[in-house]
Amino acid sequence: MKADPRGVLTGTHFMDGDHACCEGALAAGSRFAAGYPITPSTEVVERFASRVPTVGGTFIQMEDELAASITLQGAVWAGAKAFTVTSGPGFSLMMEHIGYAAMTETPCVFVDVQRGGPSTGLPTLPAQADMMQARWGSHGDYEIIALCPNSPQECFDLTIKAFNLAEEFRVPVMFMMDECVGHMTEKVVIPPADQIEVVPRRHTHKSVDEYLPYATNGDMVPEMAHAGEGYNFHVTGLTHDEHGYPNMTLPTQDKLVRRLQNKILHAVDRIAMFEEEQLEGADVVVVSYGITSRVAQRAIEAARKQGLRVGKLRLITAWPFPEKKIRDLAANVKAFVVPELNLGQMVREVERTAAGQAKTFAVSHAGGGVHNPEDILKVIVEASRWRTA
Amino acid sequence: MADSLNTDILNPVVNPVEAFLRSDRMPHIWCPGCGIGTTVNSFARALIESKIDLGSLALVSGIGCTGRVAGYVKLDSFHTTHGRAIPFATGLKLANPKLNVVVYSGDGDLSAIGGNHLIHAARRNIDLKVICVNNLIYAMTGGQTAPTTPDHSTTSTNPYGVFEPSFNLPHLVEAAGAVYVARWTTFHVRQLSRSISEAFQKKGFSFIEVISPCPTLYQRRNKLGDGLDAMKYYKEKSKVRHGAPTNEVGLTMTGEIIVGKFVDRDRPDYQTMMRTQYAESLGERFVEQAEMVCS
Repeated sequence: MKADPRGVLTGTHFMDGDHACCEGALAAGSRFAAGYPITPSTEVVERFASRVPTVGGTFIQMEDELAASITLQGAVWAGAKAFTVTSGPGFSLMMEHIGYAAMTETPCVFVDVQRGGPSTGLPTLPAQADMMQARWGSHGDYEIIALCPNSPQECFDLTIKAFNLAEEFRVPVMFMMDECVGHMTEKVVIPPADQIEVVPRRHTHKSVDEYLPYATNGDMVPEMAHAGEGYNFHVTGLTHDEHGYPNMTLPTQDKLVRRLQNKILHAVDRIAMFEEEQLEGADVVVVSYGITSRVAQRAIEAARKQGLRVGKLRLITAWPFPEKKIRDLAANVKAFVVPELNLGQMVREVERTAAGQAKTFAVSHAGGGVHNPEDILKVIVEASRWRTA
Repeated sequence: MADSLNTDILNPVVNPVEAFLRSDRMPHIWCPGCGIGTTVNSFARALIESKIDLGSLALVSGIGCTGRVAGYVKLDSFHTTHGRAIPFATGLKLANPKLNVVVYSGDGDLSAIGGNHLIHAARRNIDLKVICVNNLIYAMTGGQTAPTTPDHSTTSTNPYGVFEPSFNLPHLVEAAGAVYVARWTTFHVRQLSRSISEAFQKKGFSFIEVISPCPTLYQRRNKLGDGLDAMKYYKEKSKVRHGAPTNEVGLTMTGEIIVGKFVDRDRPDYQTMMRTQYAESLGERFVEQAEMVCS
């Protein structure tokens, strides 16, 4: 279906990534946000608080992130498309409710504008050090989807995508911005509403008697009902059967948890988005995401000027990790170079997936700024000289 | 005469409460002598009396013994995370103001881990009906000290006696802004039912505390007898004092239990205040929230 034009600010704008993310949420049809202020993410909800009463909807500033991250889920079960926005310390507080959303299959979006950590760390400065937390932060086995924009334009476009994926798979989607992308101001083009594709809720068409809240069809994603529609359904974070009733037996646990994983893992190819450049015949592939992909671009171009054959793979989807893409490349290249604003997170996935077929080089950075392109270049040069023993 | 028997509430052929329960989930997990089932009975009777539209009713629980209520009522029901029933319920209510939203949870869930949400929801006057079953202890996890555990009682985490002061919940929520505050015990089933019905007539944050026995952990460890002994205690030591100043209704281990309706006042609820403010500040630019069903 197409976007509701009332929420779409069609035109060419000059805005930062935080504001573009808010406009993306409105264009995607979100009319509910719950938040708690935290630098450098607050501008997203500040704009939402200003815009939403003019398009019909609710913003509520909650007493903490624990509350914000579950209030939005209440709103979803009442029919809303909803999201929350935070940064590292708040993201840490939200972990239990990411697990609740995964377990109850509540479609929603968590925006994390990453800053330097651990703890209070560097509130106003960038990092990409929440990437593993986004994937593994809540207890138990589950899968989420995580997207990484690298420009204000993508903050708009991919926020819509994040909501669409949340609805398609009934899963919490992590929108992994960073302080640079959030506070960077660039041109953002917002298309007319009839050019924006929006995925509706997987609302059941079954009758009250026929409806089983957690029965699934071929793609393993159950249909939803909302409170107040007469379905009298039950939702719990306990291990549950197709009725949604608690059922703490081993077969039920096995069936449920595997389905929660497989509904995402079986669709990796459909979910995976990346930008690629000169991968054909490359000796070295630079794998990056978010703001670091723009710094890496400069290093890649400098390396090519030196005559090195360097390809670029920018991860737009970080989770589920596009293993097949890396595995295919690993068979044909000497090495991967993975710069990121952390001391080694997504590089572990690259190395694991390459499985020794190609050497993996990290270019780590503790956060607080972006890489010096020279540092990435040095590793590209080193990688291109790599000879397998 | 069989027909008249069916409609006779005193001698029903079918318990009228059964219609509100997920009988396919029985038997429940509560211990013999536990008071939670009694409160559910009073709740169901309040639904009958207040003729509330069940289709518009959603019930939200947290974690703990009382948290299991959500799993046994035949309503749209949500068993959420520990302490977070109130913020989940807030999201439900704000996204669909037509819903009647009940929060049904225990003292530990609502006043310890969820204490911050309790006071802020009362401050905002979110239109929620909160039923707090207070068994004075963490029961599901095996009898640990709760913020409501009376002084000098013994728990598994205060084996030498509780020495920290306990919360007086009616006083707390009144101070935070609740528009309706009442307390009963599980001995007062009809009064409790009436209070729940009354709360459904209020718009705003309503809080009903129900003192309820935990024979397995609290009663036994403190040598207070079984469920029946708790009923005797509630009967003998309860004093009905409607309108009692809430700073005078704190609980002790064996003393008087002041029950009754303590607070019944009116002030605009959150959504009314929100709409008024938006209309005032935005004038014609204000757009009322439409139905949010995004199907």
